[in-house]
This record gives sequence, C-alpha cells and structure tokens, in this order.
Amino acid sequence: MAPSAGPSPVASSPSSADGPAVGRVVLRALGVTKHYGATLALQGVDFQARAGQVTALFGENGAGKSTLMKIMSGVEHPTSGVLELDGEPVSFHSTAEAEAHGVAIIHQELSLCYNLNVRDNIFLGREVRGRGGRIDFAAEERVVSDVLARLEEDIDPRRDVASLRLGQQQVVEIARALAGEARVLIMDEPTSALSSAEVAVLFRVTQELKAHGVAVIYISHHLEEAIELADLAVVLRDGNLVASHPKEGLKLSWVVAAMLGRAGTTEQRAEPVSSDDAVLLEVRDVNVPEPHGAGRLAVDGVSLDVRAGEVVCLFGLMGAGRTELLECLAGRVPMASGSIVVDGRDVTKASVRERIASGLGLVPEDRQRDGLVQLLSVGANLSLAGLATVYTAPFVDRSAEQARVARAIDDVKVKTAGPNASITSLSGGNQQKVVIGKMLLVDPKVLLLDEPTRGVDVGAKAEIFRLLLGQAERGLAVLFATSEIGEALAHATRVVVLRKGKVVRQFDAATADRDTVIAAAGGASHDVLEQALA
Amino acid sequence: MTTAVAESPALRRRTRINVSALLVEGRAFLALVITVLIFSALTPKFLTGDNLIIMSRHVAFNATIAIGLLMVILNGGIDLSVGSTVGLSGVVAGYLLQGANIPFTDATAYPAVWVVVILSLVVGALIGVINGLVITYLKVAPFIATLGMLYVARGLALVITNGTTFNDLRGEPELGNTGFVRVLASRPLGIPMPIWVMVAVAVVFSVLLTRMPFGRWLYASGGNARAAELSGVPIGRVQILVYVFSGVCAAAVGLLLAADLPAATPRGGEFYELNAIAAVVMGGAALSGGRGTVRGTLIGAFLIGFLVDGLVLIGVSTFWQQVVKGAVIILAVAVDQIQEAVQRRTAGTKAARAAADRTPTISS
Repeated sequence: MAPSAGPSPVASSPSSADGPAVGRVVLRALGVTKHYGATLALQGVDFQARAGQVTALFGENGAGKSTLMKIMSGVEHPTSGVLELDGEPVSFHSTAEAEAHGVAIIHQELSLCYNLNVRDNIFLGREVRGRGGRIDFAAEERVVSDVLARLEEDIDPRRDVASLRLGQQQVVEIARALAGEARVLIMDEPTSALSSAEVAVLFRVTQELKAHGVAVIYISHHLEEAIELADLAVVLRDGNLVASHPKEGLKLSWVVAAMLGRAGTTEQRAEPVSSDDAVLLEVRDVNVPEPHGAGRLAVDGVSLDVRAGEVVCLFGLMGAGRTELLECLAGRVPMASGSIVVDGRDVTKASVRERIASGLGLVPEDRQRDGLVQLLSVGANLSLAGLATVYTAPFVDRSAEQARVARAIDDVKVKTAGPNASITSLSGGNQQKVVIGKMLLVDPKVLLLDEPTRGVDVGAKAEIFRLLLGQAERGLAVLFATSEIGEALAHATRVVVLRKGKVVRQFDAATADRDTVIAAAGGASHDVLEQALA
Repeated sequence: MTTAVAESPALRRRTRINVSALLVEGRAFLALVITVLIFSALTPKFLTGDNLIIMSRHVAFNATIAIGLLMVILNGGIDLSVGSTVGLSGVVAGYLLQGANIPFTDATAYPAVWVVVILSLVVGALIGVINGLVITYLKVAPFIATLGMLYVARGLALVITNGTTFNDLRGEPELGNTGFVRVLASRPLGIPMPIWVMVAVAVVFSVLLTRMPFGRWLYASGGNARAAELSGVPIGRVQILVYVFSGVCAAAVGLLLAADLPAATPRGGEFYELNAIAAVVMGGAALSGGRGTVRGTLIGAFLIGFLVDGLVLIGVSTFWQQVVKGAVIILAVAVDQIQEAVQRRTAGTKAARAAADRTPTISS
C-alpha cells in the first residue's frame, strides 16, 4: 500500500501547531483509590501520562494495572481521588466521553463486533456523518485505509472482522484507537496476538505518536518489549505504586524484582531426551488447507516427532501455521493429507474425542472462546474432558470426581475458593491453569499447548512452565506453540521453527542464538526492533 | 457500609453470596408460594386436596413437555414442534387403535395397546431425530427447523385423520386392543396418571442431568460448544439427542391427552409449545443455553398452571386470564434479567477481589 499523501488523520494532535511540549503532564490520576466490595484494588495511586512519552506500567495480574487504566479511560469510577486533564479536574462517565476528551484505550480483551466489517468496527459509535445524516462510508474507508497502511496491515476495510485472524483483529483494535484524535493512548496488552514484524510496526507507530506529542501508556506481559519502548517504567504491586525508573539503566531484572517484590528466576528447562525414549507423537507430512485462502496451505508438509519427557516448542510468527497445526493434531481442523501417530496408535482419522482417549489433548490459544465453559464451576470445567475416568456406568462417580478435581486443583495450583467457585471468578493465569488441568486430568501421553501463557502474569507463567516440566519429567510429551522468543528458548528442549506452514529449522534451545531463531522464523530480530525505534 | 468493613469481611462475603444464590434458586419458588397464598386467601376452594390434584394434573401435561424442551434449551436450541408432536402422536395412537390398514392388502391390523404406545413414542422420537439431523448436519437454525416441523407434524396429523377426530379409543375385547384409556387415564393411589408420568420424567431427566456424563456434556455444549468439542464432548450426538428427548416427552403427553379426553384430535396440543417455553424460562433457564434445571422448570410449570387455574377459580374471565398470564411471564423474565445483572456485578466484584487479594478466599 502506498503511503498516503498529505496530512494523515492519524494522531493529528492539537499540540503539533505550537510544538509538542514533551514531558508536560496531560492526564493525571491523583490519590486514586478503588474498592470492589470490601477489597482494595487501588490504594491512593498517583500516576501521570506525559506528552510525547511512553509510560510503561508493570505489575502482576491483580496488581491493579487494568483497574487504573479503566479509571483513566472512563470505564470505571474511582472510589476516591480525582483525574486531571491538562491540570483541570475531569470526570469521565463513559469511554465515549473519555474519547471525546482525547483519551483512547486499546483493550486487553478484543472488543470487536464480529458481525460487522473492519470499517464499521473502527467507527462504531462515532460514525462520520455525510449529507442528510447518512454515514459517509467513503470518508471512513479513506481513514481506515490510511491507518491500516500506517500499521502496514493489508486488510480490506470492508472485510468482516469475524474472518480475520486473531492477530489481525488486534491490529483492527489498535487501528480503532489510532483513528480517533487521541492525546492520551492507553495500550493494554496490545501485542499479545501480534507477530514480531507486527510488533515492530506498532513500535514505529508508537514512536510517531510520541513525536506528535501523544502521551502513551503501555502495558504488556512481554516485559522486554515494554522496557524497550518505555521512557518511564512504573510498577504497581497489590494496588500500590511501588517504584518507578527512567529509561536510562532500566533493566529486566529490576522490573521483575519490583513486580514480584523479589528477584525472579527465568530459565527452567526439561532434561534432554535420548533416542531410548519412546516417540509419543509422530507427525508425518501433514497438510492443512487455509480456511479462507483458496487452495493455499496453512500447514505445508510438516513432519515432527516428540519423545516422552521432551518439551518441544513450535516457534513461528503470526500466520506461520502454529495454531492450524495444533488444531489439526487435536482433530479440530481436518487435514488434507498426512498421518498422526500417538504412542504407536494411528489417530489420523480419529475424532477429537477418540484422540483425547488415545492420550492427545490440546490446550487452545483462546481460553475464553475454546477453553472454558463460563457457566460451569471450576470443578465441572476441570472434569469435563476426563469424565470417562470417573464414570461407573451409568453414573458419574461423584466422590471419585471430587477427589480427582481436588487433586487437579492441587496439582496445577489453581487459586480458587473451591471446586464450586465460578470459573469467571478466577484470574487469567488461574483460568489457564484450569484449562491445562482439565487436559492433565485425562492422563494424556501428549499435551499440545497453543500460546499457553497468553495474557498471563509473570508469576503464573513461571508456574505454568514448572507444571509442564514436572509433567514431562513423568513421561509426558509436551508440544507448545509460542511467538515469544524468550519463552521458546527458556523452557523448551528443542525449538521447531515454522514459517509459512513449513518446518524450516530446528534448534537445541539451550544453545540456540536468539536472533538466529528469529531470523529463521522470518521475523524482526532484536536489531530490527531497535532500528525501528532509532 | 464504609466504616464497618474491617470487622468481618469474610462473614459479609459469605452472606452476600448466599443472598444472591438464594435469589437465583428461589425466585420462581417464591413467586409460586405467593401465588398459592394469594389464591388461598381469595377462595377456600383453592387449597384443597382435590383441587390441588386437579391443578397438578393440568400442570403435568405442560411440565412433561417442558422438561423435554428444557433439554433442547440447555443446548442453546429451541423446539417449536412439541405442540404438533402432541397432536400427531395422539392421532397415530388413535389410528392404530381403530385398526390400521396394512399397505397393499385388505387386511387391517389391530396392534396391542403396548405396541400402540411404543409406536406413538417412536413417532415423537423420529420427529426429534429429523429435527436434530436437520439442525446438526444441515446447519438450519433450530427456530426455523422446528418451526417447519411444527407445520409438517400438524399437517400429517390432519392428513391421517382427514381433519376429523378419532372418538373411540377403547378398543374391542375380541381384538385384544383394549386398555389404552383404562390404563392411561387411571388413577393409581388416587393420583392421575399424567402426574405419575410427570414425576417419572422429572426424576429420569434430573438424574440424567446431574449424575450422567450426558448431563455434563449438555451443560458444557450449551455453555460453550467450542470448548466442549475440544474437551472431547460429542457435541453433534448431544444436539441430536436433545431433540429426541423433547419429541418423546411431547409424544408421551399426546398419548395421555388422547386417553384423557378420550379422543385423538389432530388439533391436540396446539400452542402447547408456548406454554412449555414459558415454563422453562420462568424456571430460570437461559434461552442462550447452558443454564437451567429440572426443578426450576417444574416450578415454572406449576407457577403458570396454578396461576391460570386460580384465576378460573376466582372467576376471572378467560380474556383477562391471558393478559395476566402474559404479564407474569414478562415480569418473571424481567426479574431474571435484573438478577443476572446483579450476579454479573457480584461475579465481577469477586473476580476483581480474587485478583486483588492474591490470597485464596475460603467460602462454601
């Protein structure tokens, strides 16, 4: 797409006329306290967003980041404390009102209307009116094309959001915030579904926004990414603002220590396997057609083996075919050709159900959509896949079920009020542990996990990998997909790189070089990201 | 509210959860109790043993259909064809009892009563299978598929009877097909047969829902079909079976209704689907699927039934009965929505609290 001529509607900041006053406080939270019932989510927090700067907000899940951002963007009201915009006290009663004041937010959870197209989603609630009050679709589409060109994403504005991939949906979410005239832009986990290349583009756009004097607040579980982008790092812990650090000398170890209140450990790896260990998963020449692309392959002749006790990482960028491969292995997506053998048993033609019975389970990428039944309790979610193990015809053996569920809660360390608690009462990390626990409850031989730590805080991430490594030690074969290079190298025994549906290279994770792996995946290496920022 | 927080947060928390749980579980029951109290105050005839049995017998027809329909609604579907299935199964029974012509011969078969009953139930099951297959494999929306079946089944009933009614269901002793009316309209232990059937259906389906894997599969696939599928739930089979259950329950009511009259009319069961939907929804089930219980549905059916019969007893005109019934249905669901909002808020608060606490909260 050709770059647009003339002034772009993106971030046409009012301050550009009199020059961006970098460092001036645009939006300030003063002594903000938020109660949920008897619980304190935020306690007297003072926080500023400064023009032309990126403020990175760090904290574990439940530290109060999202609550603070919800207050600053008008989603929630503080119990006490005030917001100031340009030094004047303001009170946002809705996100629309906040947007009208130039405060936009990119939400952590995608909040798009799947039945509408890209253009209508981006302008939802603030449609451009033409003659006679009709929507000026042409004007809207021009803006959308400009913004998407900025984001280097080739998406037709008239395409239905439902047909977009998760990463593209996130780009649309970002585009929605950019299409308004934001002075303060809050990005809450904007990159959780983006590839490295897309992240690099987002970084560049963020730099442009900064240059236009926009105040950016950045929240990400990809700590390194946020550190690279930050002009100022601010850390929340248990609802309190505990530390802040300028860009100079900002280190990952400082951030992690401040978040956890102690020094964190990162690398943990399974023992290397030998050729004596049984091959539990044998994938041969698997082809999966692209769901929307005519005749193209999403997975192109993939073959790989995973042995008992091995933790293999499928690394690849968005669209590399990771999700398609895993869903095909799980039996959810039909394959065009190839074969899949689990512990000597051919499951190529088996249903999802039969594959689970053969010991092959999938922990899906999108736990809200594919992993959990929100109306069921924690216990019922945990036992859903493994009902056969607690079944004494014709009834479900409830005492056996309770015992297994209690053990699973214990094994995967779910923090919950009990098996009868509502699944929606759990934090993201704990929900993810439930989805993993559900599959472990069927005593699988091979566990597939698609982005197992997406939207999960640092503490829970480490716990999830500790759990997987523990299971691998007991002979489970683990195959997980990720787009986060740090995760790939820190926890796998072997990294299989996927690119455009093909296995391009395999690395020994303990010795692999980070940039070589990224380059193999066809993504932007560290250097590229830095160049994007330079 | 703000000062005494520190004293006993755990206690406060527990009370609040209990209150919201009580509201959800007991709302329809509370409405039922209030209905009974009001009508008992208005007329002494309401709360008598005889009247309760009469009213329960009326309720039983709707409740039996509603419990079958609950299975479909738990799955996130709807079955509009149950009323027509009531009519068709009754007509099939009537046809068989009058003597069925064996195709391509002059012979007439007079099947035994148990055969008649089974064949009529099979008709209900067949309607369910067709509904289920069309919905699961042809991906027709349940509303449309069963709306179509509403007409097809009703039309078949009219075709079989040629628009008339089978009046004689008693059979002939020499043909060995007597007993249909005698048994199905009998009163074992003084309780009419429809009530026994309702109780049996309620027990069977509540055991199915709470104790068998199928129940779990049903709640899961109604709550989130994608997650259920990835957990190995055979969602297609579940979806077909719920329509079969619904069809069989409706067919059973068709038999009971025919024996009760005693006559098999092709117009039998008209608009029963609407009463059944009302009972299920008033019983706290979500039309979006995944939420609802047999107990709730029973309470919903009793609430509607007692309300209508009570209005009759105190002499309210049939026209006003309809107005009151409709208003109560809307009111019940509106209250339900308000409750859901309250629940969501408490769930949200709980989630935020759980996240903010970072310590496990213990509550039962």
